[in-house]
Amino acid sequence: MSRKDIDPAIKARNGRNIALGLGLVAFVILVFVITVVKLGGNVGPHF
Amino acid sequence: MARSTVLTPEDEATASVRHARWQDYFQLMKPRVMSLVVFTALTGLLAARTPIHPLLGAVAVLCIAIGAGASGALNMWYDADIDAKMRRTRGRPVPAGLVKGEEAATLGVVLSLLSVMLMGMAINWLAAGLLAFTILFYAVVYTMWLKRWTAQNIVIGGLAGALPPAIGWAAATGHAPLNAWLMVLIIFLWTPPHFWALSLYISTDYAKAGVPMLPVVKGAKETRKQVLLYTLALIPVCIAPVFTGLGGWLYLAVSGLGALVFLTLALRVFRSTAGDAADPRPADRDLYEVGETEAKRGKPVGDARHARNLFAFSILYLFALFAALLVEAVLGLKVLELPL
Repeated sequence: MSRKDIDPAIKARNGRNIALGLGLVAFVILVFVITVVKLGGNVGPHF
Repeated sequence: MARSTVLTPEDEATASVRHARWQDYFQLMKPRVMSLVVFTALTGLLAARTPIHPLLGAVAVLCIAIGAGASGALNMWYDADIDAKMRRTRGRPVPAGLVKGEEAATLGVVLSLLSVMLMGMAINWLAAGLLAFTILFYAVVYTMWLKRWTAQNIVIGGLAGALPPAIGWAAATGHAPLNAWLMVLIIFLWTPPHFWALSLYISTDYAKAGVPMLPVVKGAKETRKQVLLYTLALIPVCIAPVFTGLGGWLYLAVSGLGALVFLTLALRVFRSTAGDAADPRPADRDLYEVGETEAKRGKPVGDARHARNLFAFSILYLFALFAALLVEAVLGLKVLELPL
């Protein structure tokens, strides 16, 4: 089945899923980076 | 400015079979309003002139943007019935049938919680509290109560749109001093002449939707008077930052010159018959277009051009004021504390 034959409903849903997935990945990365920044210099002395 | 979406009968026929794309959900967040909120919040954050880690500063602005978007989604959910009756708003995702009201509400609640919690945990709880208050004030006090109840809706409700600079300032410093609230007061007093200038030339839309905007309830003449009175109150507040150590020479020049133009345009509106005639715009016209196109087309304008000019300039003036503060903060230019 070519890309043109895909049901518009499925195409729209795929687009929404990709946007949601990217948003979640971005959020996880953001929380990780914020944690690193907030911990800052406090991490060093423990190693 | 982007053209506002107006559905033709053909569009409406196809809307029922078109499936919601992620862009439709993004539209629920009112990106144009969000960009102004981000700009004023960023100005507040930088005008505080307190060092903040660039990433944390960006996160604070992101939280404010998401919070503004959440308020927009909640507004679009609750106001879908009104939006469907006004040509400016009937192309929005919920009245156009692209997104269900419950989905808009869910998006609004989830993003509200996300933005406030992230702001609290990553930045500080004062900024988070102010953000939560702003979202609640806009979504509940303004949207669900004031907007349908009183002609003072946009005066009191304007507080929600005015708070972002204080949130930005609180995010950078952990407190919100007088100068942060002065920025809030500027936007608060700017809102009535800005919105009432708009409502003078689209009051038929508001009347059709049953929204008690001032021209609908008190008439165009009273609205023109109120526009002038609020402009007279706004001007000294816009110049005040050079007396309180917030603005410098650049800000003084921008606020002073802009105030003269603002006052001139408000006086023209006051002396005009803007709002007395029905809205002369053809259905396909952009809300933000200004000028005398209708007059050239030989259609009655009812001096609507004066209201349009003031509406357009008010946007430019607010942008210029905050841009001046932003430039002074970024370049580290000296602020003034002129004696009163």
